[in-house]
Amino acid sequence: MTAQPLVKHDAALPTGGPHPHRTAGRLGRALPLVPSVLLLATFLLGPVIWSFYGSFTNSALSGPNAKNPQFIGLKNYVDLMNDPVFPLSLIVTLVFVIVSAIIGQNVLGMSIALLMQRANHVVGSIVGTLVVAAWVLPEIVAAFIAYAYFSNDGTLNQLLALIGVTGPNWLFSFPMVAIILANVWRGTAFSMLVYQAALQDVPTEITEAAMVDGAGGVQRLIYITLPMIKTSISTNLMLITLQTLSVFTLIWVMTKGGPASASSTLPVLAYHEAFQFGDIGYGTAIATIMLVVGAIFATIYVLLLRSEDQVK
Amino acid sequence: MSRRIPIIASIAVGSMVLLAGCSSGSSPNDNGSSSAPSEQAGPATLKVQYLQSDTFTAMNTLMTSVKTEFESTHKNVTVELQPVTATDTDYDTKLSLSLRSASTAPDVFYEDTFQVKSDIEAGYLLNLDTYLKTWPDWSQFNEGAKAAGQGDDGSIYAISLGTDTRVIWYSIPVMKKANITLPWQPKTWQDILDTAAKIKAAEPGVVPFTMYAGTGTGEGTVMQSFYELLYGTGNGLGLYDASAKKWIVGSQGFIDSLTFLETLYKDGYAVTPAEALDPNVWKTVLGTLMPEAKAGGTVEGSYTPSFWEKGGPFPWPAYTTDVGTALFPTQNGEAPGGVSMSGGWTLAASATTKNPDLAFEFMSLALNHDNALSYAIAASQIAVRTDVAAEPTYLAANPFQKAVTDAVSVTHYRPATSDYPKISSAAQTATESVITGKQTPQEAAAAYDTAVEGIVGADMVTKQ
Repeated sequence: MTAQPLVKHDAALPTGGPHPHRTAGRLGRALPLVPSVLLLATFLLGPVIWSFYGSFTNSALSGPNAKNPQFIGLKNYVDLMNDPVFPLSLIVTLVFVIVSAIIGQNVLGMSIALLMQRANHVVGSIVGTLVVAAWVLPEIVAAFIAYAYFSNDGTLNQLLALIGVTGPNWLFSFPMVAIILANVWRGTAFSMLVYQAALQDVPTEITEAAMVDGAGGVQRLIYITLPMIKTSISTNLMLITLQTLSVFTLIWVMTKGGPASASSTLPVLAYHEAFQFGDIGYGTAIATIMLVVGAIFATIYVLLLRSEDQVK
Repeated sequence: MSRRIPIIASIAVGSMVLLAGCSSGSSPNDNGSSSAPSEQAGPATLKVQYLQSDTFTAMNTLMTSVKTEFESTHKNVTVELQPVTATDTDYDTKLSLSLRSASTAPDVFYEDTFQVKSDIEAGYLLNLDTYLKTWPDWSQFNEGAKAAGQGDDGSIYAISLGTDTRVIWYSIPVMKKANITLPWQPKTWQDILDTAAKIKAAEPGVVPFTMYAGTGTGEGTVMQSFYELLYGTGNGLGLYDASAKKWIVGSQGFIDSLTFLETLYKDGYAVTPAEALDPNVWKTVLGTLMPEAKAGGTVEGSYTPSFWEKGGPFPWPAYTTDVGTALFPTQNGEAPGGVSMSGGWTLAASATTKNPDLAFEFMSLALNHDNALSYAIAASQIAVRTDVAAEPTYLAANPFQKAVTDAVSVTHYRPATSDYPKISSAAQTATESVITGKQTPQEAAAAYDTAVEGIVGADMVTKQ
């Protein structure tokens, strides 16, 4: 090794010799990826393919179709289109994703990150800790906290009672408001951390130069800061959208999708059909639709990212 | 092309490593199962899965003592208890998932009677006929219990642990304050509403008469509320015409039952609709409202005393004197003058068990006279063994044992088909829409009819 000090710097080069063949170099680089590719294929791609296949069968948890599931073509999808709960669930899901993730977590996370830049150190770390605390909690614990906060004789209504207001039964009368607020509370920390990191990379010289040119705070934000962290914004949007799309525990604990499927997002509906009604084929059809919705969002964000790269 | 070959090769090598890892991981299991067939010689493991919860520990007690007893006579056998802490519904789901694969299926398990038929159709359950022929105790089981574990082919696949009934449980102090004649036995639905009105007038702040509704309480909504109403209307067939094997739609009884619940909630006789939708409402009613004389009455199962007994989840020493029971009446007092619903749980063995003989031995030990007696008392079950039902200790277990056992004469069973869970859910949804004011009883009944037709197909329903 001491004879070839240069090799040390290039981890991708195999130890075979100082001037390896290109193919061997590629192999060397691909090798560390193999375990993760295999794991992804086994635990991610496998279930996706199985779920896709399952959505064309009448596979069930019990009963005759559990033993010999039949291939029934598009019947699950046709039934889904005729199911009055499905369009409702799709709308509920979109509202949940757009309001709680794209608007709530994203905008709030960005605002806190911007304010934290200016805030004094003590206030900054207190706010940061409070926000991140919700993120650190395991999902089931956060869900129970949110349930205890919004339930009929919960913290929120007790606080309202102190000022003489009789609060409504949030989980019953406004289930969507409750789960959206809960998800904003839980997920804002992630966006905040992403934006904090991104804002630190904005060179101060540029903002200062803009300031010298007479740009106000809002102008600096719109013309300097936001364009410079655009990539982080779309990456963040992609991550929080997909995360929110698959939120299950929070909703299940707080409302179980009720009352009368008023807060039944697609994951809750899929679980309900597959595991409570034992209709696995139908449940996987809903899961497949969910995959499509996720793919649409992801494509939009990827396209946004790509167009930015081209501009650059 | 030449570039890809090394990559493919490396993936192949990697996958071999991964597979090797998998197979070495599973080899201990192989050892365990390969020794299983020679059960006289080698050691064997018997996996036993059952339900337990903070309010249901009797099964755990039974299984723990049977394990000790069984292992003392079978030196080479280890009984592995797998209690599942869950609600009934989640337990059924978990069990079905375990049974899907032979490698995860427990050998012996606690099985809900209404799952028995669909699990037989799925091929999950072991046919017990050959074992029962030589089991002397089998003749002690009553006919209803035998039928509960029977498949359409006439064979027995599950053995009943006990059954239950549903009756009205009312608070004597509340009734007394409202000047209701005791013992209270409503003859019609109207009697219940009249009594509730009197309680409401006499005791503000008391919930006069509450019944479950909505999807929150799940199967409890139908078993302990809606079916008591539905099976007391019209010809008493309820959901399903068993002789024609068709589901009943368009029935006036269905609309009337929903209307009764609507009245109960709209007139403030029951808990609020929001409270009703909380899955834990039964804990509020049985654990708080009844003991504190804040509720006049409700419909609940024969196992209710087990909640109030010493050591139960809501100990209430005075329940023996402060509570009365009554049969739930038919709509207008039609014969037979009362309605009850029965369910119950069984023990069954997996069709894929490697030790069927041991599995049956374990089941027969758990279901013998002494164990069945102690379980019936601990879990407030209605005994299905005639020798247990005649035991003085069983009859004296709690003051309501006779009343709830008498309800067997007017009881009904749920249709045990694999479509039932969905139809039950459609009925629960109908009650929810009505008590929350989203739909009128007529609209909710029509939505139920559409849902049932969608679930079973138009040729499987019959209009009434």
